[in-house]
Amino acid sequence: MLGEGIAKGLVETARNFFGSYSNKDRLTTVQFPEERLPQMEATRDFPFLVYDGGDWQSGLRCVACQICEKECPPKCIYIEKSKDKKPDFVGKQQFYPAVFNIDVSVCMSCQICVEVCPFEAIKMDTEFELSTDDRFGGLLWDKARLARPNEHYRQIHPTDAAVSDAILAEEKAKAEAKAKAATEAKTTPAPPNAPQSASGGTATQ
Amino acid sequence: MAETADQFFVILQHWLVGHAPASLQAILSALLSVAAILGVFASLFAITTVFERKGLGRMQNRYGPNRVGPFGFLQPLADGIKSLTKEDIVPQSADKVVHFLAPMMLVLAAFSLYAVLPIGRNMVLADLDAGVLFFFAVSSVMELTIFMAGWSSRNRYSLLGGMRAIAQMISYEVPLILTTVTVIMATGSLSTVTIVAKQAGYTGIVPHWFVFTPWGFAGFVLFMIASLAESNRSPFDLPEGESEIIAGYYVEYSGFKFALFFLGEYLGMFAISGLGITLFLGGWGAPLPFLAWVPSYLWFFAKLLAIIFFFIWVRGTLPRLRMDQLMNFAWKFMLPMALMNLVTAGVWHFLPQGVLRWIVCGLLVVVPYVVLGRGLMQDSKLGKRVYRFAE
Repeated sequence: MLGEGIAKGLVETARNFFGSYSNKDRLTTVQFPEERLPQMEATRDFPFLVYDGGDWQSGLRCVACQICEKECPPKCIYIEKSKDKKPDFVGKQQFYPAVFNIDVSVCMSCQICVEVCPFEAIKMDTEFELSTDDRFGGLLWDKARLARPNEHYRQIHPTDAAVSDAILAEEKAKAEAKAKAATEAKTTPAPPNAPQSASGGTATQ
Repeated sequence: MAETADQFFVILQHWLVGHAPASLQAILSALLSVAAILGVFASLFAITTVFERKGLGRMQNRYGPNRVGPFGFLQPLADGIKSLTKEDIVPQSADKVVHFLAPMMLVLAAFSLYAVLPIGRNMVLADLDAGVLFFFAVSSVMELTIFMAGWSSRNRYSLLGGMRAIAQMISYEVPLILTTVTVIMATGSLSTVTIVAKQAGYTGIVPHWFVFTPWGFAGFVLFMIASLAESNRSPFDLPEGESEIIAGYYVEYSGFKFALFFLGEYLGMFAISGLGITLFLGGWGAPLPFLAWVPSYLWFFAKLLAIIFFFIWVRGTLPRLRMDQLMNFAWKFMLPMALMNLVTAGVWHFLPQGVLRWIVCGLLVVVPYVVLGRGLMQDSKLGKRVYRFAE
């Protein structure tokens, strides 16, 4: 019969219309600023620089190797290497970034900087309400703005942070064992073929 | 007391005009009526936009606008400020005069339609002897302005939209006027005031509205379908067709001219609904005899809001038609039904009152509907779409 489908459709929309007033489950909208959905653990937005300890300047893990700067697809990272060195988390003397800027208006949140970083120094943050009225300076973040403590990373991405901490702990243990072996080698007389094997080792590297 | 409430605005107007010198009284009286129409229907437009957006939202299981003001009811104010402060862009190669005139003339024509609509008892701006004729003459100016807009923009989308609008409006004007003719046959008058007066009175509790006769019911349904098409509302919004031709004839309009088009379109919709109320739903008459104490203008606006709600409901339900479906529907269904309805109205007039004429006229409406419906459905292949070349 002509018009049957129209009548069915009208009944359906009427059911939606009245149903949305009586049954709150029908309304799937989350009214954003007041209501928020919990974020997924894998949420990522913009990178931040991890530091250990209380002081961000001395605890910054970044050694200014500039791998992330070179790998960044949209080229939003700008790094200037320092002239002097400072000790890193195992006590080794390393360069540090004199300037570390990320232009978040250019960043595309691809996480490649995080994947290429050999020092667990750059990670992704979950903060996303970053609007500013200063579109040049306000979106170019320097290292002071980017630095976040490791505790923050543990809080936002607990699983990833545990993996990262394990890697660092392993490295530290390895370095300590090495240092211990070195001190032991210094105190005990070295075997006669030791210097040759050492030079052979450097040659293979 | 009920009498005073009913005639409150008429008495107020007389009292106000009474203060003016005699030579100015006629023009002042007209100006007051015009100002009232401008104010009331423009604010009805504002209210309708927000109700439409909220209603459509609810039909799609979401909240509508709910940010500006309490429950989002100040949204039209924000929209108005936005459209007023936007830049008015005129395309370089546009016909600037026509491009400027089109929205103005649309709104002018849309407001002129209200001159002949009886909003309440003794509340009509101009009781013309050929009121219905005036209405249709002015509403065809609205079609012209839409084509002016489409043509003058010098944009392919605009032109396509304008062409579609003209094709659609001419096609649907035929059944629209043919259904109106049945009422004119029944009342013997083109005056809207007389048409409303002829529908006064009750049999038991059923009012003598034309919608409660077989031909009137069929006529009302056809009139509503045709008026949906005339006011470019979904499912007949091909001239706008956002997904196909962006916004049709008003692609090249921005700022307040765009708002004027919206205003004109909604005013046209209210006016044609108002005419439908006048012709078939007894104008400002009360639906039940014991409710006659409620002021007449309130009945008019209650009926108007009900029809507007129905329009919004239809918009939330039906998808847009295709051009060939639109034309087939107009010429193969609407036109034969409207012509049959003319015959039915004539038969109703000449048969004596009683059960017989109800049966005869009822059959005259139902049989063509079923036969035409069957015929149309036979040709259409419903079901899974078959592609000739793609598979």
